[in-house]
Amino acid sequence: MSELVLRDVSRWYGNVVAVNGVSMTIGPGVTGLLGPNGAGKSTLIHMMGGFLAPSSGQVTVDGQRIWKNPSVYRQIGLVPERETAYDFLTGRQFVRAMAKLHRLPNPEAAAERALAMVEMVAPADRIIGNYSKGMKQRVKMASALVHDPPVLLLDEPFNGMDPRQRLHLMDLIRKMAAEGRTVLFSSHILEEVERLAHHIEVVIAGRHAASGDFRAIRRLMTDRPHMFVVRSSDDRRLAAALIADPSTRGVELTSGGLEVEAVDFRRFSLVLPQVARQADIRLWEVAPADESLESVFSYLVAS
Amino acid sequence: MNPVIASITFRAMLSKRRILLLFLLPALLLMLSIGLRASGHADLDNATMLLTQFGLGALLPLLALLAGTGVIGPEIDDGQIMYIMTKPIARPVISTTKYVVSVVLVVAFGVVPMFVAGVIMTGMTAGLATGFALGALVAGVAYCALFLAIAVLSRFAVTIGLIYALVWENLIARYAPGAKTLSIRQWGISVADMVTNATAVKADVASSTAVPLLIVVTVAGVAYAGWKLRTLSVTGTD
Repeated sequence: MSELVLRDVSRWYGNVVAVNGVSMTIGPGVTGLLGPNGAGKSTLIHMMGGFLAPSSGQVTVDGQRIWKNPSVYRQIGLVPERETAYDFLTGRQFVRAMAKLHRLPNPEAAAERALAMVEMVAPADRIIGNYSKGMKQRVKMASALVHDPPVLLLDEPFNGMDPRQRLHLMDLIRKMAAEGRTVLFSSHILEEVERLAHHIEVVIAGRHAASGDFRAIRRLMTDRPHMFVVRSSDDRRLAAALIADPSTRGVELTSGGLEVEAVDFRRFSLVLPQVARQADIRLWEVAPADESLESVFSYLVAS
Repeated sequence: MNPVIASITFRAMLSKRRILLLFLLPALLLMLSIGLRASGHADLDNATMLLTQFGLGALLPLLALLAGTGVIGPEIDDGQIMYIMTKPIARPVISTTKYVVSVVLVVAFGVVPMFVAGVIMTGMTAGLATGFALGALVAGVAYCALFLAIAVLSRFAVTIGLIYALVWENLIARYAPGAKTLSIRQWGISVADMVTNATAVKADVASSTAVPLLIVVTVAGVAYAGWKLRTLSVTGTD
C-alpha cells in the first residue's frame, strides 16, 4: 500500500504557470486525473515520475522525495504517453532489459510474469516496431510492471486505442488496482474516467479544481445549469410552456430557435417532450449548447 | 558502466541508417590510401596530408559527432530515455555508459581505419601510422565527451557540433592562429607529432598545452553530461 502525496506543488516555465499550488493525496485503487488538454496533467505526471522538478512544493511517495532520487523507482512504474519504446527490440527483449535494469534476482522470470499479466506472451518475440498501438501500450505496461511496483502512473494510456484495446486495458488497470496498487491515470475524456475510476482529481488551467468520488463530481456536473437550443413548430408557445416548469430557469427567443437554461437536467429531459405533446407542438431539434468538456470544467471551477 | 544500457545503445546505433555513414567514411579513407599506395604516391608527405586533412579533419569529428550525439540525443528527443531513467540507476552511470559506447564506435570506425590506412600507405615507417592512431584516439575521446555534453544540453547538438567541427576547426582556426589552441583536431595532431618522427607532421599547438586541454575537455564533458542528466527535465505534451 503506497501513497503519493503532492504538497502545494507549482511548476512554471518562465512566466507561464503550468501547475499552480496543487495538493493531493493518491492512495491505493484507481484514481483518474482528469482535465482538458493543456490543463497540466502531463506536467503533474512528469513531476510524480521524477522527470520534472517542482518549482515549489513537494512530491513524495511514501514520504520519500521523488525528484533526483532514482531509488524511488523501485516503488514506481511509469507508462509514458509517447509511443516510441525501442522499436528495434522484441517485446520480450525490451521487458527483460527493463527487468535487468531493475537488478531483479531473476529478470527472465519477472519479464515472463509481466508479459503474461498483459497477455503479451504470444507476440513477445516480434519487434516492437511492428506492434499495433494497443500492443505497444501493453508492452509498455509490462515494462512498468516488471518489478511489481506498488505505484503505477499512466499518462493518457487510452490515446489512439480502438474500443476493444480500450476495454482490455481498462480490465488490466482494474486488476492492478484490485491487487492493492496505487494506480493513477490521466485522461481528458470524461467517459474513460467514469468507467474506470471511483476517485478523481480534476485539473483545470493548472489548478486543482475538484477531488473526490467520481459520482459526486459527476452529479455536480449533471446538476449544473444546462443550455439547450430547441427548434420547434411554435417556439413562442413552447417557451411559455417550458418556463412554467421549475426545471427551466430561463428561455430566450432567438432567430435560431429557443435558448433554454435548464437547472434540473433529468427533469427537463422528461418534461420537454411531454410539454410539447400536450401543446401539440412539434420539436424539430434539441441540441445541447454547452456540452464541451471545457464548459463542464469551468462550471466545476466556478462552483 | 551498465551492460544492459550499453547493449541497447549499441543496437540502437547499429540498427539505423546512420550505420551507412559509419561505414562510408572509413571505407573512403581506406580506398584513398589504397589508391595512393597503388599509384606509388604513398610517401610520408602525402600520407600525412590524407590522415590530417581527411582523417583528423573530417572523418574523426564527423564520426564522433554521429556517435557522441547519437548515443543519447535521439532518446532524449523522443522520450525513450524515460525507460532507462525510471530505474534505480544513478544518472551519471547512464551518461558514462553512453559515452563509453560512443568511444568504442569511434575507435572501431575511426581510429582503427586510420591506423590501417597509415600502415597501407607507409607501413610502420617513422611511426606515422601509430602516431596518427594515437592522435585520433585522444581526439576521438575528447570529441565524444564534448558532443555528448552538447547532446544532453541542447536539441540542436548536431548543428552546434557541425559548426564547431567545420566552421571553428576548419575555417576560423585556419586563419586565426589563436583559435587553433582551442581545436581538438590540433590537439590530436600534437599528440601524433609526439609519437611520429615524420617531419611532415607539424603541430601548431604544443603538447604541453594540448595534453592538459584534452584531459580537461574529456573529464569536463563526461562530468557535465552526468550532472545534467541528473536534473534532465522531460517536458510533457501539454
